[in-house]
Amino acid sequence: MRTLLSLDGLTALRGECPVVDNVSVSIGAGECVGLIGPNGAGKTTLMRAALGLLPAKGASSLTALSPSERARAVAWLPQARDIAWPMTVETVVALGRIPHLPRGTKLRTEDQAAVDAALAEMDLTDFADRLANQLSGGEQARVLIARALAQQTPLLMVDEPIAGLDPAHQIGTMESFAALAAEGKSVIVSLHDLGLAARHCTRILMLSQGRLIADGSPAEVLTPERLNTVFGIRVFYENTAQGPIFQPTEVTR
Amino acid sequence: MRLSKLISAAALALVAGAAAYGETPQKVVSMNVCTDQLAMLLAGEGQLHSLSALAVDPRISGMVEEARAFHINSARAEEIYLMKPDLVLAGTYTARASVEMLERLGLRVVRFAPANSLADVPLRLREMGAVLGREARAAELVAAFEAGLARLKANAPEQLPRALSYAANGYTSGAHTLPDEMIVAAGFINVASEFGIDYGGRMPLELLAMSAPDLVMSSTPYAGASRAEEVPQHPVVRAVTGGAPPVSMVSRDWSCGTPLVLRAIDELAAKRKALFP
Amino acid sequence: MMRLLFLLGALVAMLFAASLAIGPAEATFAKSLSSLLTDDGTPFTLVMREIRLPRALLAVMIGASLGLAGAAMQGYLRNPLAEPGLIGVSSSAALGAVLSLQTGFAAAFALALPLSALAAALVGVLLVLLLAGPRGASMTLILAGIAISAMAGALISLVLNLSPNPYAANEIVFWMMGSLADRSMLHVFLALPVMALGWVLLGTLGRGLDALTLGEDAASSMGINLSRLRMALVVGVSCVVGAGTAVAGAIGFVGLVVPHILRPFVGGRPSRLLWASALGGAALVLAADIAVRLIMPDRDLKLGVVMALIGAPLFLHLIFKTRKELS
Repeated sequence: MRTLLSLDGLTALRGECPVVDNVSVSIGAGECVGLIGPNGAGKTTLMRAALGLLPAKGASSLTALSPSERARAVAWLPQARDIAWPMTVETVVALGRIPHLPRGTKLRTEDQAAVDAALAEMDLTDFADRLANQLSGGEQARVLIARALAQQTPLLMVDEPIAGLDPAHQIGTMESFAALAAEGKSVIVSLHDLGLAARHCTRILMLSQGRLIADGSPAEVLTPERLNTVFGIRVFYENTAQGPIFQPTEVTR
Repeated sequence: MRLSKLISAAALALVAGAAAYGETPQKVVSMNVCTDQLAMLLAGEGQLHSLSALAVDPRISGMVEEARAFHINSARAEEIYLMKPDLVLAGTYTARASVEMLERLGLRVVRFAPANSLADVPLRLREMGAVLGREARAAELVAAFEAGLARLKANAPEQLPRALSYAANGYTSGAHTLPDEMIVAAGFINVASEFGIDYGGRMPLELLAMSAPDLVMSSTPYAGASRAEEVPQHPVVRAVTGGAPPVSMVSRDWSCGTPLVLRAIDELAAKRKALFP
Repeated sequence: MMRLLFLLGALVAMLFAASLAIGPAEATFAKSLSSLLTDDGTPFTLVMREIRLPRALLAVMIGASLGLAGAAMQGYLRNPLAEPGLIGVSSSAALGAVLSLQTGFAAAFALALPLSALAAALVGVLLVLLLAGPRGASMTLILAGIAISAMAGALISLVLNLSPNPYAANEIVFWMMGSLADRSMLHVFLALPVMALGWVLLGTLGRGLDALTLGEDAASSMGINLSRLRMALVVGVSCVVGAGTAVAGAIGFVGLVVPHILRPFVGGRPSRLLWASALGGAALVLAADIAVRLIMPDRDLKLGVVMALIGAPLFLHLIFKTRKELS
């Protein structure tokens, strides 16, 4: 199986303090990976360090690539949802094709096809000509996810993409990621909604204080002891006819 | 023309009358570079005490060597008052605040207008002579000047070449100015007056190019740089006279109406003879 | 987009022709053009080739440069208020030019003058980027711009007043407001090499600026080399602003007005805005230069006056819009 991301002893320091502490993990094709952890656990820092966006010790397979190769290997959707200028939705999504376009920025047929597919996947075809910065926060989030999809990379790294989306689009987005995994691509998505992670991710990485303390299927990782220690919560977690139901019920500390 | 002659004569009478009222001044201070030079030409032994700072500036003053013998003042009221002069000479364009301050302090100040024509030169000489009590000396200089001028006029050519003075910012001297009369006296037509420029004014580069002068005159630039002085350096100015650079005329003999203008006119006439035989 | 470029190009061509036809020397338009192209022996050819042609050429070159630089800076800082005039780069360039002229350095070798202005503009851009921070927040940017403009202006005034040349002291207006009067082909050739370098550098920025719309992280992850982008921006802006200011003084507001007006027509895309702003800037400066010659033909009305009349209301509108967005 092809390895799309390999981290070996990745450590990122802020001053003396390790924000990401000696993380080693290997992600292959066809995985939908949920990256979870309490606030400040280092999820965003881990992803940025893996991408080479901040200095880190240890090895990351992505930083070994040249910037243009990396842009075609992984698409990164940061948490800050910036759209600086008044552009149409379609134009924003088409920005995802930049790594594939040679110098001149004109879209070819395959680029236009990728854009159209991404718009359809995120349910934005009707919005194509609307100005992106006049949409609601949730709609803008979908536009930016579509941009990452249009980049058509084997690996997708997404930082808290579903915050602020309505339930239908939360589920729809997670289903899109799961579908990508079924096609043979991989997605690493950091999120706080442990229920959605349990239902749609094939693999969970749990971070606490910069350390990777659990790596496995949702059932293996989301044990009551760990949820108590790391998150300080008690949960109701059961497999039902509608699939796994996961609901945090109370705070333990 | 008639009216201005009348006014000049009246001014002369007034000044002479004022001079007659008082005694001959013994300690004279001059605040203006033109009155500096007139005073130096006419003053008696020990009569002139101080001159303005421009009197020793070789660009502006035609009598720099002579001026070194005198005290230099910066044309400020306080400095001049402390010299306790019995007569102060100023130009009509000298800083009004300073001049009025001196008058308020009780000093006698006589103002001299700048010369706007060749006819003003003997007039100013006589005015200064009257004020300093040196009428005889003034008469001598006037006679010499008029003789010199007559000699020049006798040498006027038939075919008059066309000249233009072009200074910083495209400034030129048109009709009714001293430089205009000097150019004519040297045996040229002043192109600026052809274009209807009266007194001093700005001539756009395009009009200069269209006017096809035979000779362009400019003053040598100051140290440092300025955009104003780049204008006479524009390639068009050189191109318009067929590649010859502007003739450099030093300001000092052109700026004040003293008999030294004859020197400038002589120089210009010599240039004319050399270039247009 | 092609239609927009075509329209703007046609506008520039028309204004260029009009600029050639206006001046104190009277002639029909046909005669102007024929005198320009063929040497008909009359002095009018001199007027056309040595006076009007350099003036029109400089207007196009400087206008295109300022439009391009404004669009590039706005794209990089993601801030519609960023433009070389407003943030003090033009004044810094003017200071460099004045210093080199007054110290005599400008006469040392052929391109000494525009290179001095370039060096000073570099310092100005770097200072602004340093002070404004990575996101170019409005408040900090404007304050940085005011500080640098004020400092540069004061120093220009000081240097000119200390000059041994009595005319220099009165020329601060030219340096701070700009003028294309009485320029020659020498000035065109003086400005062209450094400006052309700047055009090339700024022209490479399109792709990166497009990607920057999504933020620095996203752009970096899409393969854009941000430090090289910044370097190209800094040097490119300094080149075009330095060369232009060295020969025509500091002209403001072009880089602010033109991208703002043209942005809706290019769909907000920074890469397209670069070229549209270059053409738009050329058109604006040509139009302003024509206006100063029509409004006050005898006096040397400064370009900056017309620019300020256009730019200040727009600037106010932008400030109010920004306030509304922030609140």
